[in-house]
Amino acid sequence: MKANMKRWERYTALGAVLLALVPAIALAHQETGQITGFLSGFEHPISGLDHVLAMVAVGLWGAVLGPPAIWVLPVAFPMMMAVGGLLGLLGIPLSGVEIGIAISALVLGAMVLAELHPPLWLAAVIVGFFAIFHGHAHGRELPEGTSALLYSFGFVVATGLLHAVGILLGEAHRWPKGRQAVRVGGGGVALAGLFFLWRAVA
Amino acid sequence: MAFVVLSAVVAAPAHAHLVETGFGAFYDGIAHLAVTPTDLLVVVALALLAGQRGTRAARQTVFALPVAWWVSGIIGAHWPALAALSLLTTLPFALAGVLVALNAKVWDAGVVAFAIAAGVLHGLTNGATLTVADSGGLALGGVVSGIFFLTTILSAEVVALPTGWPQIVVRVAGSWIAATGLLMLGWLARPMP
Repeated sequence: MKANMKRWERYTALGAVLLALVPAIALAHQETGQITGFLSGFEHPISGLDHVLAMVAVGLWGAVLGPPAIWVLPVAFPMMMAVGGLLGLLGIPLSGVEIGIAISALVLGAMVLAELHPPLWLAAVIVGFFAIFHGHAHGRELPEGTSALLYSFGFVVATGLLHAVGILLGEAHRWPKGRQAVRVGGGGVALAGLFFLWRAVA
Repeated sequence: MAFVVLSAVVAAPAHAHLVETGFGAFYDGIAHLAVTPTDLLVVVALALLAGQRGTRAARQTVFALPVAWWVSGIIGAHWPALAALSLLTTLPFALAGVLVALNAKVWDAGVVAFAIAAGVLHGLTNGATLTVADSGGLALGGVVSGIFFLTTILSAEVVALPTGWPQIVVRVAGSWIAATGLLMLGWLARPMP
């Protein structure tokens, strides 16, 4: 009973951390457009299938690799994505962004399909490298009258949640049939990546 | 703890910056903290960092951050011109987020010095804003109380977290804050069209 209470308190604490971030979504402030800023940023990563699949694939691959990759990859991706966004905002050009995004889906899907287990640092480098393209592509557009900070926050939160979806789906990997399903999912992402690549170069 | 959760939920529908909550300037100050994402993020990030570094760092930060914020808030109220610090108020939460994400082994004194520096920068801005809103010292007291409350709760909870997933969630939260900060730095530094 006491142990359950302690566990409850821990989960409540984590909930409090997340909820403490929620009040930022206020409607009016001297920095106007806060709610639209957050929602615009939140919508951005989920508005393109190529981005969605790649980000879910990061979570899937993390789940396939297991700890510590299961959390290192989803931590590396948003941070490197932000670096990509920073480059875009500073006007530093990056050629072949769409191609890079397509290849990210292709490669990450293939990793899941083949259940490849590279060293952790290499997996993080692969994920971080592709994250730069995703950040660069989406980090440049701020809708008029919105809060840049909450736009960025919404953008990052949506990305993190997509990774979480990937991790949750990837947890099916623990069971034989789930493992096959995850591999099939990886294959689907890779195929979609191939399609995006064809579309990007066509 | 339930009260903290409830407070966070209740704070969510805040509708204005330095709005009149109807409860007076002190509560307007608390509301100000709740609706100012830059301030909120730096407080959360520093509380997470202090909690990660252990009890001593957390105890010191719990006092260092609000006191620095309060003192510089008074200075900012008298010399509002000092408060054009958008870039400088973004840097602290971006950096704190990076440190949390990396679970960096920062010395206790380093955490406290960081908290003081962040408190000074944000306090200057707050002081100027509150002066413009003509809310005076009581509103600043509300802001500082909110910071103390939030820092205490969060850092204490992080200190008490067991190893494993709960601590990883803290690092993930740090990475999100860091990524947000990096993007924000880009918005601030981008060339004007």
